[in-house]
Amino acid sequence: MSAWIDIAALDAVPQRGARLVKTVHGCVAVFRTATDAVYALDNACPHKKGPLADGIIHGASVTCPLHNWVISLETGLAQGADAGQVATYPARVAEGRILLDVEFLQQRSVA
Amino acid sequence: MTQKLVVIGAGMASGRVLEHLFEAKADFDVTLFNAEARGNYNRIMLSPVLSGEKAYEEIVTHDADWYDSHDVTCHFDTHVTAIDRTAKTVTSNSGTVAYDKLLIATGSAPFIIPVQGKDLPGVVSYRDLDDTNAMIAAAETGGKAVVIGGGLLGLEAAAGLAERGMDVTVLHLMGHLMERQLDEAAGFLLRRDLEKRGITVKCHASTLAILGETKVEGVLLEGNEGLEADLVVMAVGIRPETRLATDAGLSVARGVEVDAQMQTSDLDIFAVGECVEFDSQLFGLVAPLYDQAKVVASSLMEQPDVFFPKELSTKLKVTGCDLFSAGDFADGAGREDIVFRDPARGVYRRLVIEEDCVIGAVMYGDTSDSTWFFGLIRDKTDISQMRDTLIFGPAYQGGTTSDPLSAVAALPREAEICGCNGICKGQIEDAIAGGATDLGALRAETKASASCGTCTGLVEQVLAVTLGADFVLPTAQPICGCTDMTHEDIRRMIKSRELKSMPAVWQDCGWKTSCGCHICRPALNFYLLADWPLEYRDDPQSRFVNERKHANIQKDGTFSVVPRMWGGITTPDELRAIADAADKFSVPTVKVTGGQRIDLLGVKGADLPLIWDDLNKAGMVSGHAYSKGLRTVKTCVGTDHCRFGTQDSTGLGIKLEKTLWGSWTPHKLKLAVSGCPRNCAEATCKDIGVVCVDSGYQISIGGAAGMDVRETRLLCQVASETEVIDVVKAVTQSYRENAKYLDRIYKWMDKVGLEWIQDQIADLENRAALAARFDLSQTIFRKDPWAEHVAEAAPYMPLANLALEAAE
Repeated sequence: MSAWIDIAALDAVPQRGARLVKTVHGCVAVFRTATDAVYALDNACPHKKGPLADGIIHGASVTCPLHNWVISLETGLAQGADAGQVATYPARVAEGRILLDVEFLQQRSVA
Repeated sequence: MTQKLVVIGAGMASGRVLEHLFEAKADFDVTLFNAEARGNYNRIMLSPVLSGEKAYEEIVTHDADWYDSHDVTCHFDTHVTAIDRTAKTVTSNSGTVAYDKLLIATGSAPFIIPVQGKDLPGVVSYRDLDDTNAMIAAAETGGKAVVIGGGLLGLEAAAGLAERGMDVTVLHLMGHLMERQLDEAAGFLLRRDLEKRGITVKCHASTLAILGETKVEGVLLEGNEGLEADLVVMAVGIRPETRLATDAGLSVARGVEVDAQMQTSDLDIFAVGECVEFDSQLFGLVAPLYDQAKVVASSLMEQPDVFFPKELSTKLKVTGCDLFSAGDFADGAGREDIVFRDPARGVYRRLVIEEDCVIGAVMYGDTSDSTWFFGLIRDKTDISQMRDTLIFGPAYQGGTTSDPLSAVAALPREAEICGCNGICKGQIEDAIAGGATDLGALRAETKASASCGTCTGLVEQVLAVTLGADFVLPTAQPICGCTDMTHEDIRRMIKSRELKSMPAVWQDCGWKTSCGCHICRPALNFYLLADWPLEYRDDPQSRFVNERKHANIQKDGTFSVVPRMWGGITTPDELRAIADAADKFSVPTVKVTGGQRIDLLGVKGADLPLIWDDLNKAGMVSGHAYSKGLRTVKTCVGTDHCRFGTQDSTGLGIKLEKTLWGSWTPHKLKLAVSGCPRNCAEATCKDIGVVCVDSGYQISIGGAAGMDVRETRLLCQVASETEVIDVVKAVTQSYRENAKYLDRIYKWMDKVGLEWIQDQIADLENRAALAARFDLSQTIFRKDPWAEHVAEAAPYMPLANLALEAAE
């Protein structure tokens, strides 16, 4: 069962932009695409822990600012020749608000 | 036994309910209330009434005869004030009526943005015939109209008012029109079509106030821009009209909540139309309302029926603006785009495919196949067999693919291809017809691409288009996987076709992705702001993090902060402020840079606006140590102190830095001014170097001291500081206008040749024009980004802090 927690207004994150949500065990990056889909991923590239929230967002992917790895926002998988995966968390938009699944975020702290 | 049915609201949904009931000869005695002074008419057709294409009489659905013949007791121009659920009565200003069954069909109310002046005469919404008539009356005297809201309704209002001769401006809060139904590319085409009709469109426009004493006189926008207005139309959205239902104690969320039988929380009360909320959804388009009406009628007749929302599509009712959107067109993993653009015809089509089904479609310019595509979405048809030709529509299954050269083919004959020599496409075509059928012959014949060479790709494409299969195009490196065009092609297209936004480039240059990638977007952003400084709006989301956050990202995700030190000169006060900031924000490393300033390394992202604020207060601004733009002007002490100095090199360096700072260039731009040929400022390995001599100033360009080490080459020698500043501005502007993104000056010089650059500068008229364009651009960009970001610091802070909540 999902327990959605209201994080912020969708407009607090620019289109093709990202913001951070602090949790007990590090930061989760919340991304908003050009078409207003939202995704939540660990804010660390599988390559050298680059801050994905600072990357350029195109389609449903983000390019890590440190070494240009391209990460799928939906699966967290590195695209192209690179191999690796970032943890993803359920996120959705309802009535202009960004919601995250609080239980997933808590499981993350246990893992 | 005949039941008493009371209906509140005579709109399209309740009208359809009555039609179903009467058709089935259901046994109801109907009483109909309407706040408007008339019965049911086709509200969708108000736009043609506004534009003058139809009269009200033509859009009436139920006239007095129809109500008479079905024995409907009508109370028009009558407001229902209360529902008493215990007594089962409805009270209005014309008395109280009892009901057995009640149908609430109150529709929706326009959303009025709560700004000063919203109640002034001359401010109207756009919901009903009275609003429409008010607009028609206002348009009779001509004048200026401002429409707030660039969605379906707002644009239909704008087009209608323009048709009636008003001077119309549309204000839209978002970045592109109809953002809920269209993607950016289609939004761009729509905007262009509206602008062709003389409608002014302002996006990112936030209304602060409506101005006027006794009636509307104008609109004030954020940023203090004022617009004159004789009429203001509010079309920012609608909300369900639920006041009666709420007062009656029915279950109301955003709308009146109903189940799949359209029954409210009271078994004898039903609701239908725009006032309804079902399964957390609201409804504004007519198709689902008609579905609801059928279910309401069945439920009233105690027949089983279920309402379920279906896929919806949207069309705009503005003659000449052909657009269509349906389904879900958000990006997502597992979703693929098929994009087709025909720049010549202004056609854009995008299909979103998931698991071999079309799940969304946006079409602009040619929507003739929209029904077919909508059918594919609705029926979840497996399209794997026809995928290759799907985008061309049902008629083209098995047809040919699109022409990648169509962008060039679409250029008119007058389009300038070679800017250096002023050669148009027509002249090249004529030369080809005259026998110049390869690049060398064309260059000899017309001089096209024989000077700076940046248009070579374009000239080759004209050859390819003209000669067809006889010409084999040499393979040029496209910018990235999103396009087949090179940097040079794109720069030429941006200039010749006056493309002023990213969606415009994507459309007219046939981008294969919906919104580019991390390689092309920063390049396009630079090209657009370099060529259209006044019209183009910088897109931070298309910039690398350093330029977006105005600091250099480090390997651990922290940033470095470098305040500007003009010409390398500082003061004890500035040094104290830097030291205080380093202490206050626990900066782990403080380093002196090669550009004669101080670098604070290891600052946390969230501290950036705070440390900038402290440095700003001490009078310092961003050093742009992170930008593809002016970095530093390094100087020696010149005649101030040095016994060899021939000129005031420090003073000149400061003047140059104060002139150039904030400018964006294709790559970083480093300058230096040395006071004598001993060259202590190392000016001859900078992008632009000035070496002072007794007789004046030697300006040289194209140095580098990085991966490549290059010595500068002499551009020219001038006699005065003013001339130095003019030459530096002109050469910088020429570099900005012509070079490929991420080419330093030396790489650009290798391509175009030093002589070509010298010609640009030696021609005094051209030099002045280049310098003037540089100055114009600087009116926009010569300001401190730190101060701006200190004022808007939220993006640097976490969106939320769940760590705190967990700790509590």
